[in-house]
Amino acid sequence: MEAHLEALVVENLSKHFGGLSALEGVSFRVDPGERLAIIGPNGAGKTTLFQILSGMITPSSGRIFAFGKDITKWSAHRRAALGIGRTFQITNLFLKLTVLDNILLAMEASGLARFNLLRPVSSYKDLHSQAEKILRQWGMWDRRDIPVRSLSYGEQRQLEIILTLSQNRSLLLLDEPTCGLSPEEAKSFVSTIRSFPRNFTILLIDHDMDVTFEIAEKVLVLHFGEVLAFGSPEEVKGNSQVQEIYMGRDDESS
Amino acid sequence: MKNPIQSLSLAIVAAFLALLPLVLPSFYTGLLSLILIFAIFAMSLDILQGYTGLPSLGHAAFLGTAAYVVGVLNVKVFKGCSFGVELISGVFSAAVVAALLGLIVLRSREVYLLMILMASSMMLWGIAFKWRSLAGGDDGLPGISRPNFNLIGWNLASTTHFYYFVLLFFIISAILMYLVVHSSFGHTLLGIRESETRMQSLGYNVWLQKYIAFIVSAIFAGLSGVLLAYYNGFVSPSEFHLVTSAEGLIMVILGGAGTLIGPAIGAAIILLVKNFVSGYTEHWMIILGAIYIFTVMFAPQGVYRLFKQLLQKWRPIWKPL
Repeated sequence: MEAHLEALVVENLSKHFGGLSALEGVSFRVDPGERLAIIGPNGAGKTTLFQILSGMITPSSGRIFAFGKDITKWSAHRRAALGIGRTFQITNLFLKLTVLDNILLAMEASGLARFNLLRPVSSYKDLHSQAEKILRQWGMWDRRDIPVRSLSYGEQRQLEIILTLSQNRSLLLLDEPTCGLSPEEAKSFVSTIRSFPRNFTILLIDHDMDVTFEIAEKVLVLHFGEVLAFGSPEEVKGNSQVQEIYMGRDDESS
Repeated sequence: MKNPIQSLSLAIVAAFLALLPLVLPSFYTGLLSLILIFAIFAMSLDILQGYTGLPSLGHAAFLGTAAYVVGVLNVKVFKGCSFGVELISGVFSAAVVAALLGLIVLRSREVYLLMILMASSMMLWGIAFKWRSLAGGDDGLPGISRPNFNLIGWNLASTTHFYYFVLLFFIISAILMYLVVHSSFGHTLLGIRESETRMQSLGYNVWLQKYIAFIVSAIFAGLSGVLLAYYNGFVSPSEFHLVTSAEGLIMVILGGAGTLIGPAIGAAIILLVKNFVSGYTEHWMIILGAIYIFTVMFAPQGVYRLFKQLLQKWRPIWKPL
């Protein structure tokens, strides 16, 4: 197999759950630094695609390359170490732990701290100062000692994103990051993502079309597990099939 | 330890435990030794159950393995106590059993893990029960002699001296386990308990962290098995039995999973009640079941947390003083 320079190459990816075909022959490429939005009606296979890309479920067939490496059979943690980070559509946090502990767990994932059986977690000053920097940056430092389950839903959604972004993974899979955020919060999220340097490649699923089209440089439209359209936002908006199936009946689209 | 009140109260508890044999009749000093042995066992199970979220009804596998290794070495090989070798072999063999078992079982979780560990432990029970030539079959191995420290004036045949011997190991184990659960490694165990999928996507090899926790837990359970073999002076297949595992699990839940101190308190309550009840009836299991139901209904968070909550509630009353 020849080496790929793309951040992500998906070739002919299919996933069947018994008789149900969740994804069927999906192929696309993402250049480094690109922002790709994946849209499609409910049940189109967007989250299934993310589950496969992050290594949580294995595809029925097809191949995935990230940064030139065939990662099709890699476990989730190996993909993360390679540079793939993801957020979850349904908030997936360490609920009984504090905000600070959640961030520290994101920090400890690389390095050898996770294997140190005797050194107290509180003694890792460098991890703590990193965590403090991140929490201050996101305005959550005051909330650091609160267990995550006691946070508001909006704050939990925010932490969901912070946890992933704090790891500096170069390929980010964001699964409905603005779901549950207020319009103001969503707006500030969009500007944060837009300000991200180009060494981050971002794949985004979002139901909010304003968010989607403000961030995306390319759009992939899934419909019943198949690629309906793939191109620039203008091309996709102009695609008659997409308008008919997805945008036409959607009064949110601009 | 960050909190001075916490360290002070622990120092008081340690001093209290050290002074108890001076006032207790020797029967209760013996019972206290047993409580400390099972406290180590329950705390080791808490590393899995309370901190990592891995329930086990087969934790007796590690206790039993270590106890039998001590028994065989003591009775069959050395025909007397060679403490250093027996301690290390016992603990090491428990770790080896965990390392082998962990390769197979740690892919399952929750109730499936609970059951597969129970089955594994009962398989070892079956081996001990049937292997008459080496393990003595259902008679077990009687005649295990206790270590000999006469040089430093410790005669472990004495109940009081044996108690201090156990107390020493209890304190060392408690400190080590405290360090483990508060270490950066222990921190990742909490993460696994809360969300495995999140840990995976953050980049953790969740299986490996669990595997290490499993072996560490088995090492301390093995230590409790070594001490138990000396305490009883014999080993029998019941060391491997489901009942031993279940008692350990109930100690953890009754005391409070994920608190480390709680399971030690749970061990004390269970063994005291067991000792008291067995004076009246042989049907200890019925009482054990009742305790379990009572705990789950009225103190699902465990006695230790309940105690802390009550303390919090009463604080305004005594604070002005």
